[in-house]
Amino acid sequence: MSKAKGKLAVYWAASCGGCDIALLAIDDKILKVSEAFDVVFWPCAADGKVHDIEKMADGEIDVCLFNGGIRTSEQEYMAQLLRKKSKVLVAFGSCAHEGCIPGLANLNNRQECFDTAYRDTPSTENPQNVRPRHETQVPEGTLYLPVFYDTLKTLDQTVPVDYYLPGCPPEADRIWDAIVAILEGKLPPPGSVIGSDTTVCDECPRKRTEKKIKKFHRTWEIIPDPDTCLLEQGLLCMGIATRAGCGALCPQVNSPCIGCYGPNNDVKDHGARMMSALASVIDSQDPGEIQQIIEEGIPDPVGSFYRFGLAHSLLRRGKLAADGNGHK
Amino acid sequence: MSDETFEPKIVGFMCNWCSYRAADLAGSARIKYPPNVRIIRVMCSGRIDPTFVLKALSLGADGVMVAGCHPGECHYIDQNYKAMRRFGMLKHMLAAMGVEAERVQLVWASAAEGQQLADAVEKLVADVRALGPLNWPGNWNEHKDRLEAIESMVKEHAEAMEVLP
Repeated sequence: MSKAKGKLAVYWAASCGGCDIALLAIDDKILKVSEAFDVVFWPCAADGKVHDIEKMADGEIDVCLFNGGIRTSEQEYMAQLLRKKSKVLVAFGSCAHEGCIPGLANLNNRQECFDTAYRDTPSTENPQNVRPRHETQVPEGTLYLPVFYDTLKTLDQTVPVDYYLPGCPPEADRIWDAIVAILEGKLPPPGSVIGSDTTVCDECPRKRTEKKIKKFHRTWEIIPDPDTCLLEQGLLCMGIATRAGCGALCPQVNSPCIGCYGPNNDVKDHGARMMSALASVIDSQDPGEIQQIIEEGIPDPVGSFYRFGLAHSLLRRGKLAADGNGHK
Repeated sequence: MSDETFEPKIVGFMCNWCSYRAADLAGSARIKYPPNVRIIRVMCSGRIDPTFVLKALSLGADGVMVAGCHPGECHYIDQNYKAMRRFGMLKHMLAAMGVEAERVQLVWASAAEGQQLADAVEKLVADVRALGPLNWPGNWNEHKDRLEAIESMVKEHAEAMEVLP
């Protein structure tokens, strides 16, 4: 690595900060990253001013790792700014890639989000019903807050994205693989997901036989056998439809896969893929029984199948979705 | 919106062996049904992935009909039972998304049941007409203050930096 240092930016939008921490989970290899790159912008870890980025030439940043979805006008502005200033823009982690947990708020609109956050939660004391506003007049002038959008969008629904690094958060080894690929210039074609193209089942050591499900169980209802496929035991394991890369961490500790690595290559809609697969293994031909298996076993279908991918899915909220589960 | 009559857009996925032929029979027997339905022929109702239905809705369809052979009469032994289970799963999920149950309907029609299929199409179109447009693409619309807010941000940053030399 004798050539001039590259420039690296890391940014967070609507996310929990876990992706920034995941980046540090590559341990002492982070020193190799700082040998190769100057970190020009990383709000979570270092002081920096947006204005300094604005003054940079277009394409001056070599790589930008962007985590988080786009929920406010400020986040959209930063996505546009960093897109313009970066040669390679990576949607880092599930939020930027698919919307992730913040994307589940797309079941509701902005008004409903605000009602919950500023009125309905038991810990809220807000007698004057104060809500965030874009503009507020004070004696000294006008104060601005970013506009909070109705809908959370993923990074690639906002600006063009070069690469995706899936996972909530991405595993340290996969992050390092991606960094090595960037440093060595061995990147896949633009638009690719940097990662595996098999499913979690491929990495899962459990024994699989024929899948026939008569009843779905919630995780707290049964103690699963440690060697048999969790789905065969009636636990809603997303592994069959989820991209590998994590090493089947959850199934190895008796917990079903929740799908954080998103769908495999060429799958348009993660949840639809999962529904399609599950419907094939339900062991019943009686409409009443089928309905019972599904409705009793999967009380929260959107949260189960689209926990990480709602914003990026084909689904759009219906007019009736007033209370999250819509069944009223 | 209200002065124009709303014409529902319906996509109908119909299996090659029964329901598509029922639609054919309805045509040759001159049985009338609303022209709102756009029929897509698939080999079997078991081929209809939930993705197809969601894609139709996300591209602007107001309702979807999934039609196959009667249970027990599938050309491919039992694949219409798979369609039945997939439909059950999809229905459960769409309800959670706040989509009215009448918008996506499962219909069984044998190749001889042209009249039944026409009746089912008529019912679906009437149901969806009563519900109004689904407007999924529009439900993702941007907030109207968005562009202005983004443009003003550059100015705010510059102003905030004016205190520096």
